[in-house]
Amino acid sequence: MRVAVLSGKGGTGKTFVSVNLACAAEKAVYVDCDVEEPNGHLFLKPMISNRTPVTVTIPEVKANKCLGCKRCVDFCKFNALAYVLNQLMIFPEVCHSCGGCILLCPAKALIKSERKIGEIEEGQSGSVSTLTGCLNTGEESGVPIIKGLIQRLPDADTTIIDCPPGSACIVMESIRKADFCLLVAEPTLFGVHNLAMVYDLVKLFKKPFGVVLNKCLSGENPAEQFCKDNQIHVLAKIPFDEELGSLNSKGLIAVREDRLYQVLFKKLLEGITKEATS
Amino acid sequence: MKLIIPVETQSLNAPVCPSFGRTPLFVLFDTESGKLEFLTNHAAESEGGAGIKAAQFIVDSGAETLITYRCGENAAQVLNAVGIKMYKAQDGSVEDNIAKFKSGELSPLTEIHAGFHNHAGIQK
Repeated sequence: MRVAVLSGKGGTGKTFVSVNLACAAEKAVYVDCDVEEPNGHLFLKPMISNRTPVTVTIPEVKANKCLGCKRCVDFCKFNALAYVLNQLMIFPEVCHSCGGCILLCPAKALIKSERKIGEIEEGQSGSVSTLTGCLNTGEESGVPIIKGLIQRLPDADTTIIDCPPGSACIVMESIRKADFCLLVAEPTLFGVHNLAMVYDLVKLFKKPFGVVLNKCLSGENPAEQFCKDNQIHVLAKIPFDEELGSLNSKGLIAVREDRLYQVLFKKLLEGITKEATS
Repeated sequence: MKLIIPVETQSLNAPVCPSFGRTPLFVLFDTESGKLEFLTNHAAESEGGAGIKAAQFIVDSGAETLITYRCGENAAQVLNAVGIKMYKAQDGSVEDNIAKFKSGELSPLTEIHAGFHNHAGIQK
């Protein structure tokens, strides 16, 4: 079973929920798709066994073959090429790796070349196997890294996919192969706005889903009201607990430290399994 | 000497356009013959890399000097490859800037920014 954990903004508790869900399972795979700032490793502290570079294809010019026809320059929608002083200039960071220029070149002066944009780390933390996507600073898009992560998803185990915040391309890529989407929401009006974004997304993708209400205080909870109004199943409520803050600040995992949270997350995992398989 | 300047409208009284890559027009001015030409900047509609395309356009136009408020690093790389000189535009019309350039009152553009790349909110 593959569970994607997502939210409309950062800081709602995606990583907290993902890491604890993975640790509540007997055996699990934790996949950090938040490639711009992966932080599940801060809690799981995995032993890294393997690092695989992730590359994108960019053109490289064989200068002696280039006719200077500028067909590639005119073709590129992102203007990743320029031709000045009888020389082709290539701007790798601007290139979107469509490969069109290579196909189009009448002199076959452009060839494929690989550019590293990040890597995937494989590791182990107790009963949890980890896959972490790391995008190099300054890179435009993490999608190729997420594609690499999703290709590596195992079939059998309980797999928890910690998604990037928001509802853009990188999130869509992260939830594509998920059997269930778990939406983490904060108890504020702003939290409702962000919940609505991911709610729209999972409906669009026709994924089974449920909500975890995080940081719950006594009194009104606009996110809970939103779930009621839209008949969304709330699978768990996590209190705004000082102890959690203290554990998190030390990089400790609640499920591994506190019996109460072990029960809470085991129940949540059971609830998800039931919903995902029904 | 051929001068090129980004400009909002087809007039020498118009101010210099604050955008380089996405200026609607360039004015190409020959300081010797006084010949004047307004050229459409097709880079303005680009999905990305507008600066690179605009720089390519400037190179192809045969201009030797560019007066602009700003220029990104990719565009600067193209312009520098051909040795096009860049001067920092001053507030006022295109005509004022040409006059100031002629009298040596414009200083070379030294700060090259890292590019806005869809972050400036002025591109689409």
